[in-house]
Amino acid sequence: MVVEHDTSARFSDYAHPERLVSTDWLAAHLGSPGLVVVESDEDVLLYETGHIPGAVKIDWHLDLNDPVRRDYIDGEGFARLMSSKGIGRDTTIVVYGDKNNWWAAYALWVFSLFGHDDVRLLDGGRAAWEAEGREYTTDSPEPETSDYPVVERDDTVIRAYKDDVLEHLGKPLIDVRSPEEYSGERTTAPAYPDEGALRAGHIPSAANVPWGKAAAEDGRFRPVAELDAIYRDGAGLETGDEVVAYCRIGERSSHTWFVLHHLMGFENVRNYDGSWTEWGSAVRVPIVQGSEPGEVPAR
Amino acid sequence: MTGTTLPAALVEIREEFTALEVRDRLQLLLEFSNELPDLPARFADHPDLLERVVECQSPVYLFVEVVDGRVHLHATAPREAPTTRGFASILAQGLDGLTVDEVLDAVPDDYPQTIGLTEAVSPLRIRGMTALLARAKRQIRDRIATA
Repeated sequence: MVVEHDTSARFSDYAHPERLVSTDWLAAHLGSPGLVVVESDEDVLLYETGHIPGAVKIDWHLDLNDPVRRDYIDGEGFARLMSSKGIGRDTTIVVYGDKNNWWAAYALWVFSLFGHDDVRLLDGGRAAWEAEGREYTTDSPEPETSDYPVVERDDTVIRAYKDDVLEHLGKPLIDVRSPEEYSGERTTAPAYPDEGALRAGHIPSAANVPWGKAAAEDGRFRPVAELDAIYRDGAGLETGDEVVAYCRIGERSSHTWFVLHHLMGFENVRNYDGSWTEWGSAVRVPIVQGSEPGEVPAR
Repeated sequence: MTGTTLPAALVEIREEFTALEVRDRLQLLLEFSNELPDLPARFADHPDLLERVVECQSPVYLFVEVVDGRVHLHATAPREAPTTRGFASILAQGLDGLTVDEVLDAVPDDYPQTIGLTEAVSPLRIRGMTALLARAKRQIRDRIATA
């Protein structure tokens, strides 16, 4: 029961064009059987101010994270969540959100850990929908609960743990944080709360490509030629590379994971969700400061 | 706590939130968000006076005025950041008209963690409101130091 793909020419150069839908496509398909639209935002209240008609809300803090351990929900939790949103295992999910789909990409990445097959992003997210003056509602849908199977998370393919990253050193890493976070410049001042990591800087050899570069001014993804200029020419990635992306807690880097994997076609891309809040507080891991990537230390 | 009593407006805000089911607290936060007044024109024309709260995920700027010993907090955040607007609005309403000493002594730094919002919006997001309060207090100290 797969909802037809968006075959817009604009997506055809991407490695996996079936992972994107346009605002036109979504407007035309709202209410289709087998389609559930999910809003996932940085701002937990944005959905309440108005959302795409019929869309359900999934919040990364409250719904996707385990409330106690620093981890994602487990298979049972995911099944409960999907079921409460009326999503079945063969449902087509379209995710959209604020900030160039930053959190929407994060939700998509978590759904992918559970192997949900058909999950797509609305290109341009909330900003594009809004800029076109399309309909919003404050009515919350009350979906009929579905029967979602308990599927255990598979962390081996698209997720990296700290030890995986240590093992990975020597292969390409993309640090998607801001240049100031990357260089380890002091970002806090006296009487200001700190940033949640004990040390500043970046993982040795990581290239700095702030995540937002992958989006054009209107919030939509850049075409492949421009992505190539950023990630291949700029950050030195080559076809066949195994890549790990990281940021502060793994949200911005899931956006980059989406770009590298689904749009550019890199087969082996992992998101290190422990990211700087783990690495920058871990004991005896190598760190480089300054704007140069630095060398991988000898083992 | 310093042993002084929490100002009544802040008590009332806390009671309003904690009386609600967790999911209804978001609706109340949205109401606060909608109530955040526009900046007085004298600040709108002087963005240099406003201080950016970098700990918040969204751009929020605040300025604390002390007039005749009474505190007034002004803040602005974009419409796309309703949570941050809500946090600012709670503090703007809760602190308005208090004396400098009341804000500095009777408003605990962890007030944001005590109003039942950590479950509704997550502890991480509440840090933004804690930072707003901390900066407001620091601005008050600066104002009275230079007054």
